[in-house]
Amino acid sequence: MSAETNSIDIDRSIGNFFYNVKSTRDAGVGLTEKTIDYIVDVKKEPEWLREFRKNAYRVFNSKPLPTHWAGDELKEIDFDVIRYYLASGEAAKRTWEEVPEDIKQTFERLGIPESERKFLAGVEAQFDSEAVYSNIKKAVADQGVIFMGSTDALKERPELFRKWFGKVIPTGDNKFSALNSAVFSGGSFIYVPPGVKVKHPLQAYFRINAENFGQFERTLIIADEGSEVTYMEGCTAPKFTTATLHSAVVELVALPGAKIQYITVQNWAPNVFNLVTKRGLALEEAEIKWIDCNIGSRLTMKYPGVVLKGRKSRGEVISIALAGDGQHQDTGAKMVHAADETTSNIVSKSISIGKGRATYRGLVHVPKHLKGCKNNTECDALLINSSSRTDTYPAITVRGTGNATQHEASVSQISAEQIFYMQQRGLSEGQAMSLAVNGFVNDLVRQFPMEYSVELKRLIDLEMEGSVG
Amino acid sequence: MSSIVIQDLHVSIGEKEIIRGLSLEFSKGETHAVMGPNGSGKSTLAKVMAGHPDYQVTEGDVLMDGVSILEMEPDERSRKGLFMAFQYPMEIPGVSNANFLRAAVQARLPEDEELDAIEFYQRLYEKMDLLDIRREFTARSVNEGFSGGEKKRNEILQLAMLEPAFAVLDETDSGLDIDALKVVANGVNKIRGPEIGILLITHYQRLLNYIVPDFVHVMSEGRIVRSGGRELALELESKGYDWLKEKKGEPVGAN
Repeated sequence: MSAETNSIDIDRSIGNFFYNVKSTRDAGVGLTEKTIDYIVDVKKEPEWLREFRKNAYRVFNSKPLPTHWAGDELKEIDFDVIRYYLASGEAAKRTWEEVPEDIKQTFERLGIPESERKFLAGVEAQFDSEAVYSNIKKAVADQGVIFMGSTDALKERPELFRKWFGKVIPTGDNKFSALNSAVFSGGSFIYVPPGVKVKHPLQAYFRINAENFGQFERTLIIADEGSEVTYMEGCTAPKFTTATLHSAVVELVALPGAKIQYITVQNWAPNVFNLVTKRGLALEEAEIKWIDCNIGSRLTMKYPGVVLKGRKSRGEVISIALAGDGQHQDTGAKMVHAADETTSNIVSKSISIGKGRATYRGLVHVPKHLKGCKNNTECDALLINSSSRTDTYPAITVRGTGNATQHEASVSQISAEQIFYMQQRGLSEGQAMSLAVNGFVNDLVRQFPMEYSVELKRLIDLEMEGSVG
Repeated sequence: MSSIVIQDLHVSIGEKEIIRGLSLEFSKGETHAVMGPNGSGKSTLAKVMAGHPDYQVTEGDVLMDGVSILEMEPDERSRKGLFMAFQYPMEIPGVSNANFLRAAVQARLPEDEELDAIEFYQRLYEKMDLLDIRREFTARSVNEGFSGGEKKRNEILQLAMLEPAFAVLDETDSGLDIDALKVVANGVNKIRGPEIGILLITHYQRLLNYIVPDFVHVMSEGRIVRSGGRELALELESKGYDWLKEKKGEPVGAN
């Protein structure tokens, strides 16, 4: 019963299924300028976007893979065998009845329509490259809230969209933001008018159904002065033998006094490379909070950030990562303080199981001329087996005299004695593991909305139950 | 009668034999004390009964109601009715006492049966009142940041909640001041009754002033060397464990 010797068999059954859905719009395999022309033509996009995409494509080609600091696993991605755009060619539906049967069943199995009825203010469901369903509750729409696919927003609300698109995360931020900028499709656009507080969360669900596919959604959320909004995203894909790529760009803009909370529960299949750039811009007294949970994928590289541009703005990243056998969760946070009296908080917890690897990378930057800035960083790692691995790379630069930072890090293990203690009370070894792991992340899980914390606990239980035997 | 029977038990850790032919029997409704000097194998006896993976049984058997438990996992032994109060209870960060106990009680129900939360809390509060434990206790993480006394009291609370047929209390008195000792002993006395057999493992006789055993066994070098009534404990108290060494070679007391 030693906690050291068991292999881990991770349960992925929740999202591991697919339907043979025929995509009439297919950009084919590999990435060239022709791929971009195909996407622009099929989506009937304006010429400025064609130029934007082609420029991004050149930037993508010019940048090397960041293997000098990131994992070598990146080399496993073969950009030439990936399909960059797959869709049915139909517009997103407003009711589930209109959604084609197979696709509807996919989302039924994932429980999306049910959650929508129960507790969501709006839902967008993306299947491969495009949204197939998009709906916002009338009461929320009546307040002037816009929630639509970014493909639609680009055409219907160009004035709002173009004002912020690519402003928080420029094309050349990194190789994968450039890739996304070249071939993006789908994702959400949200605008919340001044003073409007959206009570219930808006949710997007990203589903990859096709093999050898890359999903590149682009999300832009603008919370106008004094408004509040919570956005949640979930994602799954079936487990194929070949690599799947997911590379999103998410930009948040919190205007003065606004609050945005962005929640992710990432449960991609273990063959998915999940390389995502997420950043928010917080103006005066605004608040941006990322709650980020990574359970799935082969490799995730994601460091949600906040640029604290306005005085007294606040940024927070709460992150949970679970790395099982064959997985590498390379996650963290970026906090760029750019105004006085800004505060940031980073709490990261990772669990490595079997040969799983969790990496924390943090960047906190407070320049010399600022006053009254504060940062708190905590990162805790839990190792389940002796073959599990964790690394921490905190980079905190706090200059000047009127600023404060504190940083705490810990690495712990579940001991065989703890497991024996719990077993002596009647819990099986798997239940004991599961309880200890849930205990480790408990204070963070409580920050998730109820429905998600229940789901999260269930996912952890499944992983741990399968982990011993 | 329902009982635990230990027959000619030999236990090793690695190459080293710690228990060398120990036999002992205790029944429901009885309280037995096992006393002995440090290194006599007392705690090993408790751990091996509970199924700690570090120990190997090389000979002999442990029967619960006539069935050998040695092949069972620790959790199965627990669910079958064997409880062990730890000398050093483990901390489980982030898991509240209430959730831990719920999981333990739930583990005793049939798979398709969900624990009735209201009933559970009623019973929990009842037992907490019995042991003079305050309500806030339920929300604290299991043993995390607890004083020695609180940890031991928590062991007794778990014992009260799980209502085992047999309980082995491993050095429950160690590290307690006299007030904490009285509280814990008082708790054990409230749990004593015809439905539970208790094996108290202790180094000191002072615990037995508060929990008066029906039988006392003295352990030395991995064996029971003397058995008797509670007066044996008092005799040990006055003469010390060295007295046993002089008596070595004499026949083992009957039980």
